[in-house]
Amino acid sequence: MTAQLLLGAEAVGQGAMDAGISGAYAYPGTPATEITEFIQNSKQAQMMGIRAAWSTNEKTAYEAALGMSFAGKRSIVSMKHVGLNVAADAFINSAITGVRGGLVITVADDPSMHSSQNEQDSRAYAKFAMVPALEPANQQELYDAMFHAFELSENLRLPVMVRITTRLSHSRSGVVRRAPVSQNPLNPETDPNRFVLVPMNARVQYASLLEKQPSLVALSTVSPMNALSYATDNRSLGIIACGIGYNYVMETLQSQSLNISVCKVGQYPLSMSVVDPFIAQHDSILVVEEGYPIYEELLGGLQNTGKIRGRLTGTLPRMGELNPNTVKQAICGVTESKSPIEDPPMTALMPVPTRPPQLCTGCSHIDLFNALNAVLCNVEERHVFSDIGCYALGALPPFNSLQTCVDMGASVTMAKGAADAGLRPAVCVIGDSTFTHSGMTGLLDAVNDQTSMTVIISDNFTIAMTGGQPSAATNRLRDICLGLGVSSEHLRIIVPLARNHDENVAVLKEEFAYEGVSVIIAQRECIQAAKRNKKLLQKK
Amino acid sequence: MKRKKTDILLAGVGGQGIISIAAVIAYAALKKGLHIKQSEVHGMSQRGGAVQSHLRISDDIIYSDLLSEGNTDLLLSVEPLEAVRYLPYLSSTGRIVTAVNPFVNIDDYPPMEIIEQQLAMRGRCVFVDAAALAKQAGNPKTTNMVMLGAASFFTGIEAELFKDAIHEIFAERGQQTIDMNINAFQLGNEFAAASGRL
Repeated sequence: MTAQLLLGAEAVGQGAMDAGISGAYAYPGTPATEITEFIQNSKQAQMMGIRAAWSTNEKTAYEAALGMSFAGKRSIVSMKHVGLNVAADAFINSAITGVRGGLVITVADDPSMHSSQNEQDSRAYAKFAMVPALEPANQQELYDAMFHAFELSENLRLPVMVRITTRLSHSRSGVVRRAPVSQNPLNPETDPNRFVLVPMNARVQYASLLEKQPSLVALSTVSPMNALSYATDNRSLGIIACGIGYNYVMETLQSQSLNISVCKVGQYPLSMSVVDPFIAQHDSILVVEEGYPIYEELLGGLQNTGKIRGRLTGTLPRMGELNPNTVKQAICGVTESKSPIEDPPMTALMPVPTRPPQLCTGCSHIDLFNALNAVLCNVEERHVFSDIGCYALGALPPFNSLQTCVDMGASVTMAKGAADAGLRPAVCVIGDSTFTHSGMTGLLDAVNDQTSMTVIISDNFTIAMTGGQPSAATNRLRDICLGLGVSSEHLRIIVPLARNHDENVAVLKEEFAYEGVSVIIAQRECIQAAKRNKKLLQKK
Repeated sequence: MKRKKTDILLAGVGGQGIISIAAVIAYAALKKGLHIKQSEVHGMSQRGGAVQSHLRISDDIIYSDLLSEGNTDLLLSVEPLEAVRYLPYLSSTGRIVTAVNPFVNIDDYPPMEIIEQQLAMRGRCVFVDAAALAKQAGNPKTTNMVMLGAASFFTGIEAELFKDAIHEIFAERGQQTIDMNINAFQLGNEFAAASGRL
């Protein structure tokens, strides 16, 4: 077969379909969104009856994938790194239950925080859950890794993580496909105890997970994801390279014609039989891993004698993603070769002004922030709690309307806690999809406690920031709030438009003054989604 | 045999069609049987912010998805200030092809003379009034294909292959869109050829 150009994320989607999944589960999040979008848009998925609609959050996605596995079929669940925090309860415990049909979780980490609030390393989660993790270095490996991951998962009866990062997910390269594997038949779990994690069963299951650990290491030893190349006559430096870090190492060796041994690690738990002999044969070792210095720390130990170098020793930067330049500098630094950069980087003489992301012209959030600022301009201590979405840009000039943005749903619950502490008015702004993801339960807390606070749901009928996926409860937010116990007198709907400014300001003022829970739904379609929908209509 | 490689940095502002330029070049390179890696940033950084894509073409295996500073052969920018932003990536023999039409959405946007001066100091430049040529092609949105046409001389890929790629990439949007984009590519291509800056 000829190669086709695929983003890393698309290679995951294609690989999972070809490896015989029956379902793909996910909540959108950069840089993982395109995995599921690729499956949703694929004719193959439609023909094969692969279900791939969005879930309400990462936890519901993970649990549904586990359910499909329980029924004997293969499923993939995908998320961004911080999404795994939401799904962590299900993930960790699915290692205890084990799986039936293959279950692969693909997590896309975002070092350098291009679109995220931290750069946590999901390999730490795999280690924590004691399940295998694969870390491919390129798009072809990523595609092939899906087959390997599903086989591992079914052989070990454990979920398997495939860890990618932004640069792999959002980079295209040629991928050659394999013959597709057919889907598993329906074949539900027959063991009456395995999935019932009451303590007496859980202890048995946990013991079984511990028993599997040596075989996990043995499988890492012979993993097709590893590669070992010994340099002739050079034992001064050896490089242990993980995942995409391998690419930057090889780029340096290729462009600088360096002769250095490289041990590529692509499967965890780390096998000491792979790295021990390699370390023993070299005077010094550079560990190049994207993300946290997890394996550098493990190999160097707490009393690192200086043989193991990497992010912890300052040879590579401690934070941020790796790139060809940082890796080249590190290798040249360790080998004490004069940095053989042919073309020294040229810096512009002029400082270039930054161009930060902005809300689109005509965005509904803008009119909401204008109304919010008009109401709060005379309040000395302004605290508006907010959340994850395009509207977080309201924290920046020219609006400066928001004072928090922590995690999905935190706006509602942080406003509640602040209201409990006596803050007035306690106001939060949350998007429609973030509200259904993790805001609803917080609102229930506030209703039960009769907290004096106002929840503003900025409802643009879509998951805008990740490219306009359908929001879970479009046109049902009012009913949800009523169902949670918000009184209908204090459940207001406004349309954020400049011409409604005075009217909207009045509504905000009234509800901010109310001693109790109020909800204002600010409803207007995302301007980008409106454009796309108009085009679609014209096509029809 | 020394390997042949072309490292291209595509720059612009979110919404200017950088990703489409990348898709067309990548498609054409694949047709030519070359190795390709093309990386881009999605997500929050798209919205009116600086956007870049790294494109690497070679007849040999390509390892890094990202470009190295000081090694880029072609800086292709749809917006002049964005060209200045990525000058550190350009190699000493690298070429600059940029639109002269500023996208002003920040208060401290520098004067155009300074921008042109900065660019000219760093490499041989082709300055293109892409907005005017795109209008001539029939749609201001074809600015990106005007710029690809102008820069195509520095990619090592033939114009005909790019035109095939445009047909393929824009196939779903109908014949009129394809024609306008081909037209835009051609206008950019002719402008650069006549500029005396190749």
